[in-house]
Amino acid sequence: MDQSELEKLAHLARIDVADDVLEDAARSITDVLALVDQLQSANTDGVAPMAHPQDAQQRLRADDVTEPNCRDAYQAIAPQTEEGLYLVPKVID
Amino acid sequence: MHNLTIAELAKGLRDKSFSSVELAQHFLGRIQRLDKTYNSYITITEDTALAQAKAADERLANNDDSPLCGIPIAHKDIFCTTGIRTSCGSKMLDNFLAPYDATVVENLATTGAVMLGKTNMDEFAMGSSNETSYYGPVKNPWSTDCVPGGSSGGSAAAVAARIAPGATATDTGGSIRQPASLCGLTGLKPTYGRVSRWGMIAFASSLDQAGTLTRTAEDSAIMLQAMASFDNKDSTCIDHAIPDYCASLNNDISGLKIGVPKEYFGEGLNPGTEQAVRAALEELEKLGASIKEVSLPHSHLAVPTYYVIAPAECSANLSRFDGARYGYRCESPKDLEDMYKRSRGEGFGDEVIRRILVGTYALSAGYYDAYYRKAQQTRRLIKQDFMDAFKEVDVIVGPTATSTAFGFGAKKDPVAMYMEDIYTIATNLAGLPGMSIPCGLVDQKPVGLQIIGQDWDEARMLNIAHQFQRATDFHQLAPQGIE
Repeated sequence: MDQSELEKLAHLARIDVADDVLEDAARSITDVLALVDQLQSANTDGVAPMAHPQDAQQRLRADDVTEPNCRDAYQAIAPQTEEGLYLVPKVID
Repeated sequence: MHNLTIAELAKGLRDKSFSSVELAQHFLGRIQRLDKTYNSYITITEDTALAQAKAADERLANNDDSPLCGIPIAHKDIFCTTGIRTSCGSKMLDNFLAPYDATVVENLATTGAVMLGKTNMDEFAMGSSNETSYYGPVKNPWSTDCVPGGSSGGSAAAVAARIAPGATATDTGGSIRQPASLCGLTGLKPTYGRVSRWGMIAFASSLDQAGTLTRTAEDSAIMLQAMASFDNKDSTCIDHAIPDYCASLNNDISGLKIGVPKEYFGEGLNPGTEQAVRAALEELEKLGASIKEVSLPHSHLAVPTYYVIAPAECSANLSRFDGARYGYRCESPKDLEDMYKRSRGEGFGDEVIRRILVGTYALSAGYYDAYYRKAQQTRRLIKQDFMDAFKEVDVIVGPTATSTAFGFGAKKDPVAMYMEDIYTIATNLAGLPGMSIPCGLVDQKPVGLQIIGQDWDEARMLNIAHQFQRATDFHQLAPQGIE
């Protein structure tokens, strides 16, 4: 993985990776990808992918309201709120 | 008091040898005096501890029979605790006061357990040495030049240093068992779905499971009994009968069939560790078990499989940390994208960023089949290996880690650190329960014996561990110089 690929990946993940660590990060991620490439040698023909270790099905529930309104408690720990809304930098000019 | 096990402390509380408040004060005093050396706690919850201890004393006066009533414990700082900082070892959550309790925290509080504080850990549970914590490394009480293992390094060091009688922990690829091995403790990772993940900050949701770090198997049984529950709030929790884990501890283990996987004794295993593990197997034979070599032929795929699945799930789970609703927000963001990127870039440490990027890569367009789908397939092959072995044996036993505790900075290369979990990772991929118990010392540092059980077979594993601990005294050894 080169630095420009890493920059693209960092953008996809919305993470600012400082210029001075890009090279190191690219190298270590290349090493990790080399490790996981060992999987390509495994014969997985006809093997069903396993998403849950007990192969359990997603449990469903009735579409009833169960949660109380916790907005005040949740917003008490937010970086910035106003009148019950989360504030973020301006999105639309 | 600090040298007593949870079971012994429970008896002492009922004998009125000490009160729960005295017990809490004793441990809080030890934390204040000794934890400067170990750095095993991120937050000490003195007021909560004393209030819970006072309430426990009232319950004990009314003959409460819960074995954890009045017992001080520590929680890994990955479990949400209402109004108390829950940092997950990260700058990202340094200011995060959880708005609710994790089910594990609630279950333990309901039984009357007393929370001493929140323990240090690798950032977002990503690490095997506790060196990635925003709050600094934890030192191993057996040798302060060495790491305690990770990611539950703080919980392990606290119990080993006798500044907590027991602690909660989590295990995604070995994060309970490897620190248990390196700190001479009993560590249990239950079957996936046994303990609720509600309020446990997610790293890799299909692998994460909460468990215990204690000195003995009996204490582990007591804690698991309180922690295990079916929980509607965790969609991956499984409604499976919960046995009485203490009731079977004293069962005879003669006739037990133990499988020893030949792949766990290959290159890379320290000879001293191998010797201790082989001696422990002989001890189990003396207790009536039979030993049979088994093969887990896809073992070599476990670490590569994990390093696709865990980072992929981590990249999805950690996308919630965006600087908008809670956690760290960068100074003066110029627009929304700048806020996301700098909050995440500044709030996460190097290892977390590395895993998010690897996961983003594995899930990105065009790569999904080659990585994530492929890893889900090899995951099934790994589970099938265990299922095949369990047709012939009851449990699988081998080493927990390749060697004893290593020095700080000894594994700077990420891939070398990832190999630290080579014997534990397959268990998480297969969803099976795994334990580590002390089985010897090499150069005055503990060695762990791993017991891997079948799904939902924690009672049998605890029984085996308890019988081993009745016959040996490795679990009673304390680090030298512990006050």
